[in-house]
Amino acid sequence: MTDTTDSTAQTDNGESMIEIKITDKCTGCEKCIPSCPYGAIEVIDKKAIIKDNCTLCGACVGSCPFKAIELTKKEVKMAGLDKYKGVWVFAEQRNGRIQSVVYELLGKGRKLADQLKVELSAVLLGEKINKEAQELISHGADKVYLVDHEKLKDFRDDSYADVLVDLVSEYKPEIILAGATSIGRSLIPKVATRLETGLTADCTGLDIDKEKNILLQTRPAFGGNIMATIICPNHRPQMATVRHKVMKEAPFDENRKGGEIIRIEVDPKRIPLRTEVIKMVERMEETVLLEEADIIVSGGRGLGAPENFKIIEELAKTLGGAVGASRATVDAGWIPYAHQVGQTGKTVCPKIYIACGISGQIQHLAGMQSSDIIVVINKDPEAPIFNVATYGIVGDLFEVMPALIKKFKEVLGR
Amino acid sequence: MEIIVCIKQVPDTADIKIDPKTNTLIREGVPSIINPFDTYAIEEGVRLKEKYQGKVTVISMGPPQVEDALREAISLGVDEGVLLSDRAFAGADTLATSYTLAEGIKKIGKFDLIICGKQAMDGDTAQVGPGIAEKLNIPHVTYVKKIEEIKDDYVQVERLMEEGYEVIRMPLPALITVVKEINEPRMPSLKGKLKAKNAQIITWSAKDLEAEEDRIGLQGSPTQVIKIFTPQPRGKGETIEGTPPEQAAKLVEKLRETKIV
Repeated sequence: MTDTTDSTAQTDNGESMIEIKITDKCTGCEKCIPSCPYGAIEVIDKKAIIKDNCTLCGACVGSCPFKAIELTKKEVKMAGLDKYKGVWVFAEQRNGRIQSVVYELLGKGRKLADQLKVELSAVLLGEKINKEAQELISHGADKVYLVDHEKLKDFRDDSYADVLVDLVSEYKPEIILAGATSIGRSLIPKVATRLETGLTADCTGLDIDKEKNILLQTRPAFGGNIMATIICPNHRPQMATVRHKVMKEAPFDENRKGGEIIRIEVDPKRIPLRTEVIKMVERMEETVLLEEADIIVSGGRGLGAPENFKIIEELAKTLGGAVGASRATVDAGWIPYAHQVGQTGKTVCPKIYIACGISGQIQHLAGMQSSDIIVVINKDPEAPIFNVATYGIVGDLFEVMPALIKKFKEVLGR
Repeated sequence: MEIIVCIKQVPDTADIKIDPKTNTLIREGVPSIINPFDTYAIEEGVRLKEKYQGKVTVISMGPPQVEDALREAISLGVDEGVLLSDRAFAGADTLATSYTLAEGIKKIGKFDLIICGKQAMDGDTAQVGPGIAEKLNIPHVTYVKKIEEIKDDYVQVERLMEEGYEVIRMPLPALITVVKEINEPRMPSLKGKLKAKNAQIITWSAKDLEAEEDRIGLQGSPTQVIKIFTPQPRGKGETIEGTPPEQAAKLVEKLRETKIV
């Protein structure tokens, strides 16, 4: 054992519960080094050493061709794991309208449910939402758990969490998917924490491990510089929030047969409302919301002045897209923060992202580099944003953009 | 008013470069910083203290070097720093982190408002804030862009939504997570720097917290990372040449081919 280096977490009585160990099989090949997202492995004298900043994430284990890295953990399986069956989609609604991300989740959920040979259900909370429940069936749900109550009309973390937790405890789904929206990213962590189960945020890939029948959840980390696949093997339900615009929407079939709406009665006394919404202030804008857009036209400091955002807006409007912005323009007060794309703003992945006059600092790239097609218009050919461009135009945006708007209007007849 | 601010020390991803040969992250010499969103949480806590009196305590979980981040927070006007540090906390996912921080907050004792940043920029999960609130059984509001008012028993905030913002009132004690729009963080003062240098950082281990061993660190984490990989690099882009009208025409044609436009 003198040849092993390890990193352990010890309990009070000194018994080690988790341990990462490099055994004699290590040849010092260094293959494990890049696998560590924390830079916690070093090779000294042809032998890998695990440093103190190891977080025991286990990412290195599979990287070793000699199986010299061992991560042992006392397996604590939740009781009654097998009783959990079925895939659920949280059917987020706002003002009684199902959010489009829900249909994307139903599209993916259908595939996962078919692979697992289980039912796909949607959970819908709100008031007077019968028609929407039918809509969910038309998009592939086998069952809709419908909780219709005036106290659930608008989203509140408390009330929604209580109802959702009760439903999960009663019907025991193995997987719950929700949109990574401002509502989903607030509600779902609360629910997962109360259920004491795992939750993976902002997934961009979901699949089933066919051997173990568990959910493989893939998500970007470190600003999209790395991807991580995460599992939740010993707890149920397996929960994930999923990014908008990544999964394909479920097809709509008005005549789809076999769907069932299950109405759930709740005791209104069981619905707490600690938070009170005083009012909702909608943004007054003519362009589409950044999160929902298939096309985003984004402006940077190259615009030179705040009023020049009208060029960006005009192209966005012409294409039915949204307006994005770089941090520099938001900080300068040219455009509200809600438009900021990047590390301290929003992460977007539209089908087309058009970046105008944006140099492309890594913080901006982190927020948009997973877009399908990236168009870059910039007069500086050395601008780092060209590194992620699908199509690059080196030129003056004040000449290129008007030409582009004109041409699009021409072909689109707008 | 007793305020607790939760922060995380993260690698400065702005400094992260990709090794073009191996296509992996180069992390050598990457400095650690306070998670950018948490700097807005610190600033808001300090501003509330300046307005309503009271005390701001900053808390973090992590290895011993996180002390630097806590000292930096003190240099910005925070009164006290608490570090939850123990090998047994390592490998914590958001559930175990929420539990550990909630236990630390319980040990601090009295609080009116807990402030967290919207999310950490290494993990980007945004889950720990709501998780702590749940563990402490207090209400929370995420994505707060403004605190409108605080009275003895409630706080009224503006919550950023996709389509605008909501004005929400909730009873204290409560937790909020804040976005960048809420304020503009100050620079440390000379006095603050001195105070930070001499400050005593309180460090608590798992034992100090009397934490349940099955709920902390890797053992208390339902999720496991099984694979880490670099995303497919984007293929070499195509440069569109010509006069502006020619460039525009070519681009329109290419985008029309995708059928998205």
